[in-house]
Amino acid sequence: MPVTPPSDSKKANAKVVKVTVLIAVAMLGLGFASKPLYDTFCKVTGYAGTTRVALETSKTMLEREITVRFDANTRNDLPWTFKPEAVSVKVKLGQNALAFYTAKNNSVVPIVGTASYNVSPIKAAPYFSKVECFCFTEQRLEPGEEVRMPVLFFVDTLLAEDERLDEVQTITLSYTFHNVENPGEDAYTKEDREKRLNDLQSVDLSQ
Amino acid sequence: MSNSYDHDDGKPGFFARWFFSTNHKDIGTLYLIFGILSGLIGGFLSFQMRMELMEPGFQIFDNPHTFNMYVSMHGLLMIFFLVMPSLIGGFGNWFLPLMIGAPDMAFPRMNNLSFWLLPTALICLLISMFIPGNPSGDGFAGSWVMYPPLSTSGHSGPAFDFVIIGLLAAGFSSIFGAINFITTIFNMRAPGMTMHKMPLFAWGILVTAFLLLLSLPVLAAALFMLFFDRNAGTGFFDAAKGGDPEMFQHLFWFFGHPEVYIMILPAFGIVSHIISTFSRKPIFGYLGMAYAMVSIGVVGFVVWAHHMYTVGMDVDMKAYFLAATLIIAVPTGIKIFSWLATMWGGSIRFAIPMQWALAFIFLFVVGGVTGVALANAGYDAAVHDTYFVVAHFHYVLSLGAVFGIFAGFTYWFGKMSGYLYNKYLAAAHFWFFFIGVNLVFFPQHFLGMQGMPRRYVDYPAEFEFYNKMSSYGAIVTLIGVLFFLIWVAEAFIVKRKAGDNYWGEGANTLEWTLPSPPPFHQFNTLPRIK
Repeated sequence: MPVTPPSDSKKANAKVVKVTVLIAVAMLGLGFASKPLYDTFCKVTGYAGTTRVALETSKTMLEREITVRFDANTRNDLPWTFKPEAVSVKVKLGQNALAFYTAKNNSVVPIVGTASYNVSPIKAAPYFSKVECFCFTEQRLEPGEEVRMPVLFFVDTLLAEDERLDEVQTITLSYTFHNVENPGEDAYTKEDREKRLNDLQSVDLSQ
Repeated sequence: MSNSYDHDDGKPGFFARWFFSTNHKDIGTLYLIFGILSGLIGGFLSFQMRMELMEPGFQIFDNPHTFNMYVSMHGLLMIFFLVMPSLIGGFGNWFLPLMIGAPDMAFPRMNNLSFWLLPTALICLLISMFIPGNPSGDGFAGSWVMYPPLSTSGHSGPAFDFVIIGLLAAGFSSIFGAINFITTIFNMRAPGMTMHKMPLFAWGILVTAFLLLLSLPVLAAALFMLFFDRNAGTGFFDAAKGGDPEMFQHLFWFFGHPEVYIMILPAFGIVSHIISTFSRKPIFGYLGMAYAMVSIGVVGFVVWAHHMYTVGMDVDMKAYFLAATLIIAVPTGIKIFSWLATMWGGSIRFAIPMQWALAFIFLFVVGGVTGVALANAGYDAAVHDTYFVVAHFHYVLSLGAVFGIFAGFTYWFGKMSGYLYNKYLAAAHFWFFFIGVNLVFFPQHFLGMQGMPRRYVDYPAEFEFYNKMSSYGAIVTLIGVLFFLIWVAEAFIVKRKAGDNYWGEGANTLEWTLPSPPPFHQFNTLPRIK
């Protein structure tokens, strides 16, 4: 026969169990919640090189110049050729700049791709703002189709005030295109891209 | 509390006693037997790995996948099925209630569930070794860290799903066990046994139980997410779907770092009792020792990213994790120096458990020193994923936690079985094992500093000398393990009766007031502690 504790200790036991089970469930919940928490954390702090999304173009400019290098990668399962038009560009802090990447679908079927991105050095990420980027949406490429895709960005003037970035002269913007298995309805097609390119004509790049 | 329990001292029949067991001592025995069996399987895997690495080229394995599958299974078996069941389930169940003067655990039936989840989990893991992992071969070869994408798109076969299910079962077993221990410690201490009078082993188990409770659910969440990524099309860790594989590493090590303290804190407790017993002195700085374990547990939760310095994190972040990690050396140092101070001026006997405990201190310091070295992000970048890391964590685990297990086993064997062992056989076990494991792991420091990476089946001829030395060490260790099995068998065959307190003066925790082995139900009248 197992020893049965007296009823008052049963009550005390129930109390401890309640607290411990609550702790375990809370940690399990926190484990699952880590996905949105982690995404938010990355966006806020620039952790893992997560860039900013700016709602409008920069209005101020400083004399300090930064070289922005462009890097392009594709995952093994994506038969695309993807590369930047220019390897690098020199911009002033706060200057709006437009860069282009080209992508070509080398296969015989339409493919939807999506790009993940980050910048190096990681500490520069909170100051790297993108106004418009092909990476914000999925891209649908017809067989053999080759497209130009824009990135409208600026390096925030606040970078100049951060001592940790005093030695930074080059920022590398990197993209990796992935194959999207179950594309959404709103993947960009040829018409969408042409419309966006027209919109971007109006952006003042001297500022 | 009075002696009003309904009592029946008759033991149930064999099947009911061992399969439906609700008795903490029987469950502890089951855990220990289970731990030894898993340890032998895990040891067999690592012995094959060492024989393979005896020379460059392929000896035993015919492909790298199978070798890495052995590496992965060795790690998982040793951590989840040898060290944790032995230290926490085995000694914890056996001696925690005895030491705090409790008649049993708080939830005896849940205790039974905790144990029987483990063989289920082990079977899942063993099955995984024989079913397809990926096109390269059977089993899961992605190491105990299970990083995606290797564990998701890199292992298309069902093997890893079995690993996930097995680890979830083992995890829930530990969570139930932790709830049981915490409740027992909080509610079932004998009259007068205040928290600050509680033996250090009980403190070790208490802190361990909280670490389990806080860290294992996070592992469970990460495993669930891996499972969904593999089987339900989600993309928690898939960059193509907006996830991030690095997040898995954060989740894993948020569990994984406390896990290393889960494996060592109960051993700290055991070693404290042994040092005190065989120095015939109370432990030096009791409160400092208890709160050192608490602070190791607390700080252990905020240092996890030192396992992943090379993912490309900000230098400030590295500086933080570096500093936080170094802080852990302070409470650990308190423990080491308190053990030394306990021995200082004591009347020391070098009995077998004391030899294991002293070796534990020496080896843990060696592993601790390389740990402090590895905490430095700059140095870690150079030796990350090399044999230096392998040597480091085997010094604290294989030679730390496992020496703690053997220390406890030789210390309490007479109490648990009622029989004394032959000390010459037990000494042979100790010396072969001690020399063997040092021969295995010390040269691995040099291999690591020369740049030999982990998890490779083959290596260039330059690394042969130290690899050979390491593999010879495995043979010496194997002889030690055989002596272990021999002395245990001999003790049960010869049946030398052990007295109540066969260590004599110095052994003054409550388990020594009971006969060896203790009665099926003890403390019908609760002991009073002054």
